[in-house]
Amino acid sequence: MKEETVIKVENLTKQFGDFTAVNAISFEVKKGEIFGFLGANGAGKTTAMKMLIGISNPTSGEAEVASFNVYKNPNSIKKNIGYMSQKFALYDDLTVKENITFFGGIYGLTRKQINEKRQLLVEELGLQEIVNNLVSSLPLGWKQKIAFSVALLHNPKIVFLDEPTGGVDPITRRQFWEMIYKTANQGTTIFVTTHYMDEAEYCDRVSIMVNGKIEALDTPKNLKEKYKAKSMNDVFLKLARG
Amino acid sequence: MKRFIGFIEKEFYHIFRDKRSLFILFGMPIVQIMLFGFAITNEINNVDIAILNNSKDTKTEEIINKIASSKYFSVEDFIQNENEIEAIFKKGKVKAVLNFETDFSKKLITENNATVQIITDATDPNTANTISNYVSAILQNYSKTNNKNIKLAYQIVPKTRMVYNQELKSVFMFVPGVMTIILMLVSAMMTSISITREKELGTMEILLVSPLKPFQVIIGKVVPYIFLSIINAIVIIVLSMFVFKMPVEGSLFLLGAESILFIITSLSLGILISTVSATQQTAMMISLMALMLPVILLSGFIFPITSMPVPLQILSNIIPAKWFIIIIKGIMLKGIGLTFIWKETLILVAMTLFFIVVSIKKYKIRLE
Amino acid sequence: MSISLKNISKSYNKVSALQNITFNVEKGELFGLIGPDGAGKTTLFRILTTLLIANKGTASVAGFDVFKDYKQIRNNVGYMPGKFSLYQDLTVEENLNFFATIFGTTIEENYDLIKDIYVQIEPFKNRRAGKLSGGMKQKLALCCALIHKPKVLFLDEPTTGVDPVSRKEFWEMLKRLQKKGITILVSTPYMDEAALCDRIALIQDGEILEIDTPKEIVKHYPKAIYNVSANNMYKLIKCLKNYEFMYSVYPFGEFVHYTDKRDLFKPNDLIEFLKQNELQNIEISETQPTIEDTFMELAK
Repeated sequence: MKEETVIKVENLTKQFGDFTAVNAISFEVKKGEIFGFLGANGAGKTTAMKMLIGISNPTSGEAEVASFNVYKNPNSIKKNIGYMSQKFALYDDLTVKENITFFGGIYGLTRKQINEKRQLLVEELGLQEIVNNLVSSLPLGWKQKIAFSVALLHNPKIVFLDEPTGGVDPITRRQFWEMIYKTANQGTTIFVTTHYMDEAEYCDRVSIMVNGKIEALDTPKNLKEKYKAKSMNDVFLKLARG
Repeated sequence: MKRFIGFIEKEFYHIFRDKRSLFILFGMPIVQIMLFGFAITNEINNVDIAILNNSKDTKTEEIINKIASSKYFSVEDFIQNENEIEAIFKKGKVKAVLNFETDFSKKLITENNATVQIITDATDPNTANTISNYVSAILQNYSKTNNKNIKLAYQIVPKTRMVYNQELKSVFMFVPGVMTIILMLVSAMMTSISITREKELGTMEILLVSPLKPFQVIIGKVVPYIFLSIINAIVIIVLSMFVFKMPVEGSLFLLGAESILFIITSLSLGILISTVSATQQTAMMISLMALMLPVILLSGFIFPITSMPVPLQILSNIIPAKWFIIIIKGIMLKGIGLTFIWKETLILVAMTLFFIVVSIKKYKIRLE
Repeated sequence: MSISLKNISKSYNKVSALQNITFNVEKGELFGLIGPDGAGKTTLFRILTTLLIANKGTASVAGFDVFKDYKQIRNNVGYMPGKFSLYQDLTVEENLNFFATIFGTTIEENYDLIKDIYVQIEPFKNRRAGKLSGGMKQKLALCCALIHKPKVLFLDEPTTGVDPVSRKEFWEMLKRLQKKGITILVSTPYMDEAALCDRIALIQDGEILEIDTPKEIVKHYPKAIYNVSANNMYKLIKCLKNYEFMYSVYPFGEFVHYTDKRDLFKPNDLIEFLKQNELQNIEISETQPTIEDTFMELAK
């Protein structure tokens, strides 16, 4: 199952004037994989991700996401990916139901599809009681679970998650990762950008960016062995401190 | 004291680093005064009119020449019959039509009575009114010069004389209004925004957990804006004196002192706004909606208070701007001194004290 | 005693934020408040820094009552709120100068205390605070909170949003400050940072779950924990949750943390069960409970 490549990046580079934010990075992500994209603040993670989701043009290099070229078909990419960030996920002043309808609508789902999806979602997450509540009244954990489901409404091939579980309580956080495992198991690729190293431990493979370059790329287990570290946090500290 | 000076220093850093706001702060008064002074005016100049001359004789030609040679009107068109009147108004350029009846000269000489109909486009009633007044004046003038030798029994000639603004220059009306609006907005909006910004950024939390006292924070916020508003007031007065030749009949010193009083009133209002709003956005909305509109509509700046419905007349009394406009008009145009405006001044002082007391009562030494 | 709370409760519009919080922090202690977002950490900080008034209970900081003696407290504590709260349009040096002035002191007077930290940001002292990186901002904020030589330092989630390198440096700084006799109350949502504190309080939904040293807290964990791994994580979790003797199952990085209901647990039984469910490469080994395990057990 994990044979098909859904993200293919070769020598992808982005320059802002003299400053090289992303310096010739290359990697591949397979279908159904949970891929961790790690780096410190300012290491170039966000810039790289913006190129992959088709909202920023690379300076040079090649990248294909969901078999679409980032230069030629950025709009096709956007239709085939989902995106969820910790900073913005749902509209706080709309109800859960209104959020689902809105996000379903912008991805071109019909009324009927939206209604079906919503019912499915309500049952799976047990939202019966709160579906008409304002999002602002929900605990953070709920918001994130709903936001993740909303990002999956249009059955994207790849979901990009930006620091998805920072600050969430440990139990909710595990429920969240169980959702991610389930989604990945159904063949959706999960691309997690984060600088929380404990999130990295959950990924199938991780890449670590330092100063615009990918300095390491492997499974967390192999990385820990290679750098003789107890945790991904230690691996990161060793890499970043040189 | 050192703490306080440190605080004010910081406020000036904020102001001078925010180039855009600074530009608005000092650009706005100049732009506004120019706009009101040059573009918006009650006077008429070179208004296009059309003539329907049904007699085409010497008298009508004389009158038409007289009107056309005045700086107020220019004759755009001659039309041939009454059916064309409506069409020419619909085109929009011509604002008035003068309709001379047939045999105008003959009637004037034999019957001593001839009629000119003045038809004006009243979509803009003020202008229409002014046009008809000006035309009447010219006509009256003409008949007077022609009839010098004829003595009429019992003729009452009303002579109006406008005092204090003899040329009826509208800029004289607007300068006090614009100055009031600008001082009010700059002072109230800027202080309320600068205080709520600290709340939004979270720095207010740190200031609260410091030995700074509430009144030090408030006064520290206010002092820089007193300076900026005084500069603004000076710019406006200088502009109106030298660009629009507006007289300052009364004492410049009194004008300055009253302006500072009004600046302080506005600042205290700004502080009051900031104590009730949590975000910059709310502060801005309140300042604009609650200050700007009433100042423009109810202060007597544009619409005379005496012609308002009674409830609004009463309401206008609580608008500080109303009193300030009375004060500066008095000083600039009438040249009166404190003996005539002490009542208005006292009202402003009372309002200021009220705002300050309420603000200090409402200022929270904690977060809730 | 540097900080003391007794039965502190606080609610906003009938929604309870804190319930009967009681604990003491000794002078010179590095005390951690560990809990997720929304647990009530910030509310607790604001009560102790005199910004909020508790509905019930009493509290004192550096010997002063948080309600009556709020002015003294404001002179004696340093506070770093969760949100970056410095003036973004002022330079590093101007910010520090400003905070020194409003506390009635100068940078030179207390330079010793901040020297270690300040030298790291000094090369950027003419840069506006808004243009600093996350780690730099935290360092500057710490300097500003320390400039008046406070007796007690309150740090509300200082490492949130900061990368691991800066986080590590930040904790090293806290350790050094502690040696200078400053009492530090720090909050964090990261369980891995708990181990760096002298004592910690685990807090969730406005209630304290447990207070002790990090070492003691994990000892309270009632069961033996096993690391379980297999070829498919999703199926593994599903199977384990269906296992009749399962007590708890939590994904934990590359493993699943599993505990069993029985006192005598035989790993081979579980391996057999998982094999029947078509899982491969099954590995089971006993492991040490972490603070996170304890937290989840207590919060259950």
